Amino acid sequence: MHETMTPPVAGREITFAQAVNEALTEEMRRDESIFIMGEDVAEAGTPFKVLSGLVEKFGTERVIDSPISEAGITGIGVGAAITGMRPVIDIMFGDFLTLVMDQLVNQAAKTHYMSGGKLRVPLVVRTTLGATRRSAAQHSQSLQAWVSHVPGLKVVLPSTPYDAKGLLKTAIRDDNPVVFIEDKLMFQDKGVVPQEEYTLEFGKADIKREGEHITLVGTSSMVSVALKASDRLAQIGISAEVVDPRTTSPLDIETLVQSACKTGHAIVIDEGHRAYGVAAEIASVIAEGAFYYLDAPVRRIAAMDVPVPFSPVLEDLTVPTPEAVFSAAKELCGVK
Amino acid sequence: MSTGQISMTANDQQLSLELCLRMLRQMLRIRAFDRRANELYLSAKMPGLTHLYLGEEAIAVGVCEALKKEDYITSTHRGHGHCVAKGARLDLMFAELLGRVPGYCRGKGGSMHIADQEHGNLGANAIVGGGAGIATGAALSSKMLRSGRVTVCFFGEGALGQGILYEVMNMASLWQLPIVYTCENNMYSEYTHYSETTAGSILARAAAFGILGEEVDGQDVRAVYGSAQRLVDRARNGGGPAFLLCHTYRYHGHHVGDVNREYYRSKTEEEEWKTNRDPIALFRAWLLDEKLATDAQFETIQQEVETEAENAVQFALNAPYPDPSEVNQHVYA
Repeated sequence: MHETMTPPVAGREITFAQAVNEALTEEMRRDESIFIMGEDVAEAGTPFKVLSGLVEKFGTERVIDSPISEAGITGIGVGAAITGMRPVIDIMFGDFLTLVMDQLVNQAAKTHYMSGGKLRVPLVVRTTLGATRRSAAQHSQSLQAWVSHVPGLKVVLPSTPYDAKGLLKTAIRDDNPVVFIEDKLMFQDKGVVPQEEYTLEFGKADIKREGEHITLVGTSSMVSVALKASDRLAQIGISAEVVDPRTTSPLDIETLVQSACKTGHAIVIDEGHRAYGVAAEIASVIAEGAFYYLDAPVRRIAAMDVPVPFSPVLEDLTVPTPEAVFSAAKELCGVK
Repeated sequence: MSTGQISMTANDQQLSLELCLRMLRQMLRIRAFDRRANELYLSAKMPGLTHLYLGEEAIAVGVCEALKKEDYITSTHRGHGHCVAKGARLDLMFAELLGRVPGYCRGKGGSMHIADQEHGNLGANAIVGGGAGIATGAALSSKMLRSGRVTVCFFGEGALGQGILYEVMNMASLWQLPIVYTCENNMYSEYTHYSETTAGSILARAAAFGILGEEVDGQDVRAVYGSAQRLVDRARNGGGPAFLLCHTYRYHGHHVGDVNREYYRSKTEEEEWKTNRDPIALFRAWLLDEKLATDAQFETIQQEVETEAENAVQFALNAPYPDPSEVNQHVYA
């Protein structure tokens, strides 16, 4: 019973963190096989306080503080998922995905296929992305491309509290391993989230703003970068359509291509590195599908291909900005 | 080799004749299976390579006979023995080795990935130590669901080099999970003697986490069974995890293509194990000594097993390959 209508524009507002917390609370009440495991997830509620209050509701048997063993807890998650549980594993920083890659890529993603469809891995790995927190190179990466590259994994990149709640509930109910990536800088962002039950289908892009002249595809917090750019573009007469794929695997190719066919221009904005990245894949999909409708090459705006630097002066140079999107859009549309 | 005391505490009085004959049959089935797997490779009928369990049969059989059908195991790249011992059918296993559709994984897994959910086999794993997380997760499930199931995590001594093993042993001990980590030390991690890659004491690794460790002659199925039975029962009754170290030997190479082995081990050493330490010959001699079985009985079982294995190979050779349309099925559930 997926919600298909457009997100509500008025009503109760909660933060992104509260939306994640609500999704987990509702799902854990609904299904006793769901448990959370991770570093500082119980009384601490994670360093980001996203899980605050859950241990009081569900106890330490279902909200389990683990050792600092990312590979171990993900592996345990895979085994528990195969044998009847629905684990939600908390990997504090997306950078630590590097530590769990064998469990995700060689185990979780391949188990269903290698077993000829007999074994299932209903596992959710919640983790984070995003730079500009002045956290330097090992706590700032956006590694969604790494996991999106792997057949067997699903990858979710919510950009609003509404999407986060609906998509997380879907992730938990999915019988496949799902990597659910939240931008650390969005946790306190507010948005309208209805009280009523809803879920959001994977593989359905959301058009955050309709437009005519150029398509701006954004993932995660890059949706707000795209929206800010489109505000400025509107002032000079360029109407931008902002499309949020919401999941990179599965990817809603149809909506992306349709939008680019309509506008004739496209920029893809993602906070992962530019080379071999999510922006590259989406740009390629649009180029293949909308080639004869495009008036200019598809552009990528992504994180600079350098390790994320610490110094704010340097770090700010590495991430996509509304200004960069604005300039690129102007140029693509032939406006001086 | 720092072996300490070999546990020989199997209580033979408790080994029923039925169990003994079943263990004998199961060891013979593994041997018959893997000999034919080797022949299939040598005659170019099997795609790829495979890793033979020949010589190590007593471990899989001794351990799995201590388990219930619903108990879980995770297995390794050298996993045919575990699979057979946990209850799998030879014909469906051969079909998997040959990439045929009736195989346990519809031909999508092959030798290194056979899973047999019906018998609690959560799958062989081609990443060394790859089953450690899965096994420990299965044990966590058992504890959370109060299912009473025990998990055995099989791995070779090569997996002692993998960090995740120690991560999950730590958690298994913290949370007192019902799991028996079963280390099959066949002395060679691929082409390297384990003493070149393994510092300190193996059992001390378990002790460091507060996990009960035992050491057993892996060529003695009665000893393996005795230790496994005790550790499995203990785990089932809430006694927590254990670590069973089994000393054994791999008769063949790392895989079927590893035929010239003199550069890492001598033929004399191989002959010594095959001649004097063979788990089936040792068990057979004991059964005869104890007058629990006769040569005639042994020959009958042997013949039945050979017939079963031969029929299983023929079944697999005649089985269809998957339809090309299956290639992108089962990527997602």
